[in-house]
Amino acid sequence: MTASAIGIADAASVGAPSPGAPRAEAAWRRRDRRWGYVFVAPQMIGMGLFVLVPFIAALVLAFAQWDGLTPLSWVGFDNFKTELTDPLFGRALINTMLIAVVTVPIGLGLAVVVAVALERLKTRTLYLGLFFAPVITSSIAVAMIWQQLFRTDGILSRAISSIFHVPAPDWLGDPHLALIAVCIVTIWSSLGLNVVIFLAGLQNISPSVIEAARIDGAGAVALFFRIRLPLLSPVLFFSSIIAFISSLQTFDIVFVLVANAGPDNATRTIVYHIYDLGFGKTQFGVASAASILLLILTLVITAIQFGFQKRFVHYEEGAE
Amino acid sequence: MSAPTPRLTDGTLPAATDSTRALAAPGTAFRPHARPGRTKRRVTATILHVVLLLAGLAMVYPFVWMIVTAFKGLPQLLNDPLSFWPTPWTPGNFVDAWNDAPFGQAYVNSIYIAILVVIGTLITASMAGYAFARIRFRGSRFMFVIFLATQMIPMQVTLIPFYLLMAKLGWVDSHLSLIVPAALANPFAVFLMRQFVLSLPKELEEAALVDGAGRWRIFWSIVLPNLRPGLGALAIIVALGTWNNFLLPLVMLNSQDLFTVPLLLQSFQGQFGSINYGLIMAASAVATIPMLIAFVIGQRQILNSMAASGLGGR
Repeated sequence: MTASAIGIADAASVGAPSPGAPRAEAAWRRRDRRWGYVFVAPQMIGMGLFVLVPFIAALVLAFAQWDGLTPLSWVGFDNFKTELTDPLFGRALINTMLIAVVTVPIGLGLAVVVAVALERLKTRTLYLGLFFAPVITSSIAVAMIWQQLFRTDGILSRAISSIFHVPAPDWLGDPHLALIAVCIVTIWSSLGLNVVIFLAGLQNISPSVIEAARIDGAGAVALFFRIRLPLLSPVLFFSSIIAFISSLQTFDIVFVLVANAGPDNATRTIVYHIYDLGFGKTQFGVASAASILLLILTLVITAIQFGFQKRFVHYEEGAE
Repeated sequence: MSAPTPRLTDGTLPAATDSTRALAAPGTAFRPHARPGRTKRRVTATILHVVLLLAGLAMVYPFVWMIVTAFKGLPQLLNDPLSFWPTPWTPGNFVDAWNDAPFGQAYVNSIYIAILVVIGTLITASMAGYAFARIRFRGSRFMFVIFLATQMIPMQVTLIPFYLLMAKLGWVDSHLSLIVPAALANPFAVFLMRQFVLSLPKELEEAALVDGAGRWRIFWSIVLPNLRPGLGALAIIVALGTWNNFLLPLVMLNSQDLFTVPLLLQSFQGQFGSINYGLIMAASAVATIPMLIAFVIGQRQILNSMAASGLGGR
């Protein structure tokens, strides 16, 4: 990265004191450099103490056996072996990936559709409010409301039962349905955020580009697939990374929606698994190994997405 | 993460915020095509309105259901679970929920924690963001890269050592564990503030620098006032994140009188089960309706902040 790319701008040289006093200037620069350290110190110290130190500790603990009471002992890669062969971790991994693979494409796709529709309207404040309300609501309240909506004597079960003439589905009691329920709640609660971001992205597309395509005879469908979607792709790309990362961290909703990781661990996610190992069973070493595996998974998936970016993401040259 | 998307992450943030203002003032949007086919367009718009209204109502249905259910008495819940309207409307669940758990105290806790985290983050992140954008000092590039890298470490990964660290500091079952780390370690906030500082014209500071003003004075009396829109956006993002945080309070707090609103709500459910789910919905309503009202009041600012952070390379 070059200095300008990273933004270490040259403001200091612009405002240097009178040119006739090089010594004063040098002193000013020295003082200024010190101010640089003072300005970053609080966040730098905070990050070192509260992020880097725990992170290094997690790396270390992953190779140890410790319950917080008895002395710590080193076990090499045993914790990783334990986790990678633990059927519970396997379930958690599969469930988490399923949640991500289902909620990200559906959630982002719905958000694009809604954003494109909203962009065509002149009055949209009301709709934005309706779609965004779940986003500002605490995930705990969200999960508690949906838990009651999913009751077997509730409308979601009864409606399906009477439309399809099947027994009322037990959303939260059936292992497959429970995971689907988690996905539904996840999509519902994050849709509005992506709608707002995509709408802003669509509004960033300069009207002249759209108008030029229209003059060239592009219809609504062509406009969407040839112009709007490619120009929105950088925003879509970033949102998909964020959405993927946050669905890998699914915890709140499963913690409240279904008790004890659901029927037959059907909704156990990786973070739930880490929480269970660390705070339920005080196996700090194994829990740390699972945490490191979560980090590796996050990094690998993000790297894969960056790989896809080259093929699908279009960056407007010269910007607007 | 900034390198592959220079268009988004380098300096174009103000453009994004400008255009997102149109979110809440859509009447001013540029409409170049008021030409033939107007009736067709009007029909399309009507159809869109109908579809979006139905979809929007589906989105808020859970909230509406929560409120009407909270007003239902236990007999109705057991005998006629599918009826929509309460017969009769009974406010008893709200009274019970409020008396059974210290929601008032939880609100006080959540509000003051959010305020302290917001103030701390705004000050420290804008200082660091300003230094990374404007001051030349050895190691600044390296430090900034570290900041960007730590954004990739999910808080869940460091949760256990973080808890052990808090135990060492004696901050378990204390609000300090929720306030101090949140206010002092927020790499995203630093990154966002740096973007906002970069978008300010340098000329603002030059005159003061020529006059020999120190960095602190320039920062405090010139940069900060000009950063107000960015600070507002960051304040909203941080406040929402702090308010809705659940995992950290769950792990850190044991005493009920220290609980935040989401944590108290969750423990309320644990205590009172789900037979009388009208009571659970009343508690949920107590925990959500003030937030929904705050959202309606500040909708425009909140949506603009979220859009800015989403486009600005969260």
